[in-house]
Amino acid sequence: MAAAVGMGQQWVLVEMVQAFYEAPAYHLILEGILILWIIRLLFSKTYKLQERSDLTSKEKEELIEEWQPEPLVPPVSKDHPALNYSVVSGPPSHKIIVNGKECINFASFNFLGLLDNERVKNAAQASLRKYGVGTCGPRGFYGTFDVHLELEDRLAKFMRTEESIIYSYGFATIASAIPAYSKRGDIVFVDEAACFAIQKGLQASRSNIKLFKHNDMADLEQLLKEQEIEDQKNPRKACVTRRFILVEGLYMNTGDICPLPELIKLKYKYKVRIFLEESLSFGVLGEHGRGVTEHFGINVDDIDLISANMENSLASIGGFCCGRSFVIDHQRLSGQGYCFSASLPPLLAAAAIEALNIMEENPDIFQILREKCKRIHKALQRISGLIVVGDLFSPALHLQLEETSGSRENDMKLLKRIVDYCMNRSIALTQACYLEKEEKCLPPPSIRIVVTVEQTEEELDKAASIIREAAQSVLN
Amino acid sequence: MERPEQGLGEPDSHPHANGCSLTGYGALRNGYVRGLPEAENQIHHIAHNGGLYRRPFNEAFEETPMLVAVLTYVGYGVLTLFGYLRDFLRQWKIEKCHHASEREEQKDFVPLYQDFENFYTRNLYMRIRDSWNRPICSVPGAKVDMIERLSHDYNWTFTYTGRVIKDVINMGSYNYLGFAQNTGICKEAAAKVLTQYGAGVCSTRQEMGNLDKHEELEKLVAKFLGVEAAMTYGMGFSTNSMNIPALVGKGCLILSDELNHASLVLGARLSGATIRIFKHNNMQSLEKLLRDAIVHGQPRTRRPWKKILILVEGIYSMEGSIVRLPEVIALKKKYKSYLYLDEAHSIGALGLTGRGVVEYFGLNPEDVDVMMGTFTKSFGAAGGYIGGKKELIDYLRTHSHSAVYATSLSPPVMEQILTSMKCIMGEDGTTFGKECVQQLAENTRYFRRQLKERGFIIYGNEDSPVVPLMLYMPAKIGAFGREMLKRNIGVVVVGFPATPIIESRARFCVSAAHTKEILDTVLKELDEVGDLLQLKYSRHRLVPLLDRPFDETTYEETED
Repeated sequence: MAAAVGMGQQWVLVEMVQAFYEAPAYHLILEGILILWIIRLLFSKTYKLQERSDLTSKEKEELIEEWQPEPLVPPVSKDHPALNYSVVSGPPSHKIIVNGKECINFASFNFLGLLDNERVKNAAQASLRKYGVGTCGPRGFYGTFDVHLELEDRLAKFMRTEESIIYSYGFATIASAIPAYSKRGDIVFVDEAACFAIQKGLQASRSNIKLFKHNDMADLEQLLKEQEIEDQKNPRKACVTRRFILVEGLYMNTGDICPLPELIKLKYKYKVRIFLEESLSFGVLGEHGRGVTEHFGINVDDIDLISANMENSLASIGGFCCGRSFVIDHQRLSGQGYCFSASLPPLLAAAAIEALNIMEENPDIFQILREKCKRIHKALQRISGLIVVGDLFSPALHLQLEETSGSRENDMKLLKRIVDYCMNRSIALTQACYLEKEEKCLPPPSIRIVVTVEQTEEELDKAASIIREAAQSVLN
Repeated sequence: MERPEQGLGEPDSHPHANGCSLTGYGALRNGYVRGLPEAENQIHHIAHNGGLYRRPFNEAFEETPMLVAVLTYVGYGVLTLFGYLRDFLRQWKIEKCHHASEREEQKDFVPLYQDFENFYTRNLYMRIRDSWNRPICSVPGAKVDMIERLSHDYNWTFTYTGRVIKDVINMGSYNYLGFAQNTGICKEAAAKVLTQYGAGVCSTRQEMGNLDKHEELEKLVAKFLGVEAAMTYGMGFSTNSMNIPALVGKGCLILSDELNHASLVLGARLSGATIRIFKHNNMQSLEKLLRDAIVHGQPRTRRPWKKILILVEGIYSMEGSIVRLPEVIALKKKYKSYLYLDEAHSIGALGLTGRGVVEYFGLNPEDVDVMMGTFTKSFGAAGGYIGGKKELIDYLRTHSHSAVYATSLSPPVMEQILTSMKCIMGEDGTTFGKECVQQLAENTRYFRRQLKERGFIIYGNEDSPVVPLMLYMPAKIGAFGREMLKRNIGVVVVGFPATPIIESRARFCVSAAHTKEILDTVLKELDEVGDLLQLKYSRHRLVPLLDRPFDETTYEETED
């Protein structure tokens, strides 16, 4: 039986082969095509997931016709608080004419009163006679003047560092220095109260940014520890990830001093480099005005990079970075604001040199400034409705509302009325201005009071009492 | 790819009236100049959209000769090999290591620089470092005094000999109109203001740094530019980097020329907008990007773009080319985008009365949405401005990063700008300013023509005072800079990364302060140095910019 079945199958096979030979060609071709068709059906998608049909050029034209862009800039209302600037007629020195009214200046960062200094002006004049105004080129292309080299040398000596580098604009200094070192993938631990120039520098660097609470070392250490754990997971990445702590000496936005000794401890414990922005503290803190390192008695070499502008204490324009040559020299090819911008007009460099001379010759000036800061700080305590924010030694302190009225806009209006009240009584003040949408951590609205050595004790007391009156009349 | 002349043709322009009587993409386009200098008299002023131009637009670039390109690469190859060799020797302390090193205490920190990061600086730049940062000690006028410096360790350190090299002809400074002076009305006025105001300002515009001088200057700048209003800033670089972010942001598109200045690139990056790059001065590339952007909208979200901003420069400082402004404006109008024009080099230097590239092409300043420029160059001062509609300036007064956070312009610097600008406008009652502008135009044409005749390869537009002369090989960068200084001529030489790797060049900036004698001296010396260094590469085969290879890949950069 089994054999019969076997025979039968064999017969079928033979018959098939025979039929194959005998079949007409068209039949075979047809079957072949059918088989291919089946294969195609099996392997191709039955329908297209996305019907891709390119737009015809007519459709494109229509789309282009339809598109309506937003206006280049949104309209600004006529009464925008920042639209109409106060106009200063004449020099913005100790006595200042704001909107036609003579006042005592409590708003310009002219801490040492060097803006109006005859010696500084004469030095600038001499430079003007020799070099003219502009430099007509970046440092690389015949824009390096002997005054620039002298100023760099003098700043490095003054700060007791190996080298310094000058920029032609204060804002561009730290904003260019940060991206010269910190690149994509690197980590920067930064105080949340850091000024806008630092924020922009960080943005340009595209590094990972870790904000710690203002002057809160525990919070910083927490972040550093977290990073350490992260690093242990991926040691390969950790050994190429640069780490930086970015702090200000005196905070522009709060008037606080940074706790530098603790920061140095953290630096060595977690092997993080420290960059220090000293625009407010340079020429203010320390016995010789060398800034926050001198204030705390810290070896300046423990700070990897110090940056400051020459637009406050030195009453000129521009900024500088200083530190070890190993660090600073890198900026001469990588600091964008240094390489790609025209260099500082020589007369402004000469003014800065002369200002440095004056600082070196009169170290008492810093003590005087500190006394004055303390005096107004004390005098401004216990004003109902206002609180003083900022360190005792800070020449730029903030007056904030004790209780917010609920909206930032109203708070600003209240403070504006205080400012106007004082302005009418010959005390020139200004609100601290911020771009509200751009700031990472927007500071509360405040009036910024700037102390300078030129203000007499009577003037300081008078200012304090007028502010007290103003608060009384506006807030109560 | 769309034919741009279809896109660009003004409604009233006849197809043949736009000067493009060509069949397809032939060789004759864009100011193609055949057989210089014999054919000088019969130049074919054929621009791609000739109808848009009121003047001939002669801008041509000669291709790099193949042999030169190969030799240049070989040059870099040799330098790189030796670089590795010397790095090896330094590592084994066979060769003395000159560069500063990390503090002992911080040796176990993550290295501040990656090793390869500075390979180029250490091994290539350092060899020819003496050609840059040359210190000077006089006005950067037509002639400068230079401080002599020497290096005993192959440029790692310099020592000053105390001698001064007197009267070096200055072909490097951006002193286009010759206002870099230490005498004359500008200096006198600046001195007076310096005595009155002091050097600094010590505050920002929004707080207490808005002086009456600023308001005066801004009114004058607006008048000079022919716009409704203007605003000024303390630094030219920051004018770009601190204002572009105020204009565009997330969901906006920036179309940027590939050769735009670092400040524009930085500003674009800081804005958070998407950035796409078009080929240098290439209108087809720009139009393609514009069309694609509007048709496809934003990537991923598929929303339409909020707005499109085109960033271009008036004169490109490394190429010497002039922006094809008539075409850019036609495109921007057609595609409803906005135009940001950086006139850092062109303001004062172009146009019959020095009003820049807009005047040069006879266009209306109102067609440019944002007119930006600097005071560093033609005005011999410092700082920058933005001009435009009143709404724009009002917005910038309230939202510019610079107005809120940066110190305002220094008063004596402002006075220099005020005086020199009035002088150019003829408001001082003399024709001195106008003569300067004319002198510059004459000097430019003369110098460029002479260089071409001598067989050098010169890039850029025939009216551009920025004159790049091609050197190509890395060794010639240093040789040229030194050889010229030996002959008492200060030149700017540039190599990678400021230029493409094989296109190292020298750059001359022609000034109105250059007399014919000075230019002739320079030309004579150049002739000799050109023979000595074999720089006369030109075979007088000029290739219009548009015919340079243009691949359609677009580079995109999105900020997170």
